[in-house]
Amino acid sequence: MPTATKARAAKADALRVRRVRASDMANVIALDAHVTKLPKPDYWDDVFRRYGKQRLHERFFLVAENRADRTKPRLLGFIIGEVRVWEFGSTPCGWVFALSVDPEMRLHGAGNALLEAMSAEFKKAGVSKMRTMVARDARLPLLFFRSEGMMAGPYIQLEKDLD
Amino acid sequence: MRLQISTQLAIFAVLELAAREGQQLSVADIGEKYGVSSHHLAKVMHVMGRAGLVRSVRGAGGGYQFAGNARRTTLLDVVQLFEDANSVEQDGGAADATPEGQALRQVLSEIDDIARATLGSITIATMRKLVDRHATGNGRQSKAGRPRQRGSLAP
Repeated sequence: MPTATKARAAKADALRVRRVRASDMANVIALDAHVTKLPKPDYWDDVFRRYGKQRLHERFFLVAENRADRTKPRLLGFIIGEVRVWEFGSTPCGWVFALSVDPEMRLHGAGNALLEAMSAEFKKAGVSKMRTMVARDARLPLLFFRSEGMMAGPYIQLEKDLD
Repeated sequence: MRLQISTQLAIFAVLELAAREGQQLSVADIGEKYGVSSHHLAKVMHVMGRAGLVRSVRGAGGGYQFAGNARRTTLLDVVQLFEDANSVEQDGGAADATPEGQALRQVLSEIDDIARATLGSITIATMRKLVDRHATGNGRQSKAGRPRQRGSLAP
C-alpha cells in the first residue's frame, strides 16, 4: 500500500465518533470554554443530563476522538442534535445546535466525521432533513456547513429587542 | 437578486478554471460554452487577473489558469470585483435623513447583509460540488473537477 494511502487509512482509523460519556464532559467543557471564551459548566451539566442520558432515540450528543494513542484518546470535538417535530410548523427534522472542533485539530476531518455521524443518526431516527442556525458573521462555521452541502432553508429567523 | 452579466461570466470562468487545476483555458473556450464574445470575457478576465484570481499563460496553447485557492476564495470575492457591495450605504440624498428613509435603509441593509453572508460563505470548491450535484441531478455523469486538456469544455 502506498505511504500516502497508508497514512490516510491510519488517520481515518484513529478518528472515532461515538456517544458522549460522563467522563468526556470535563474535556467538552474545556473545549467549549477555549473556543467561546465563556466557561459555562452548569449549562453543560444540564446539556449532558438532557442529551447524553435522556430520549437517546431522538437526541444525539456525539464526540470525536483521536485514538492514535489508544491508552489516552484525545477529544477532538463534539456535536449535539435532536429530532424536533412540528416546531415552527415543520415536519420532523434533525436540528444540530452545537458543533465544535478543537482549533488545533481543524481541517483534519473531525467536523466532517461528526456531521456525517449525526446525519446517520437522524436518518436512523427516520428524518430526511437536517437544519442548523449560524450567525451571519460566523465565517468559519458558515464556510464549513456550506462545504458540507447545507443551503439556506425555507425559514427566516426573526428577533426584536424587548423594551 | 440579479447579477450583472460580467459578474456571472466571472463566476462561470472561475468555476471552469478551478475544475482544471494546473491547466489553462482560453477565453474562446469559455465564451463558446456560455455563448458570450471573447472580447467581453477578455475584459472580465483582465479584472480577475489584476485581483489575482486568475493568471494568464502566454504562448502556444496559452490561456488562463485559476490562481486562487478554491477552498478559500468565495463567491463574494468574485462578485465584489464587479458589483457594488454596499449599495444601500451609497444612496445618499435628503430622503435618507427622514424616518421613512432610515426605515427603508434598515430593511435594505438586512437584505444586503444576508446576500453578503450567503456569497461570503460559499467557496469555489463548494460551488463545484453544487455544480456536480446539478449535473448528476440532470442525469448526466459529471466530469467536473477532473483534469482535462485545455480547449475542451464538451460534457
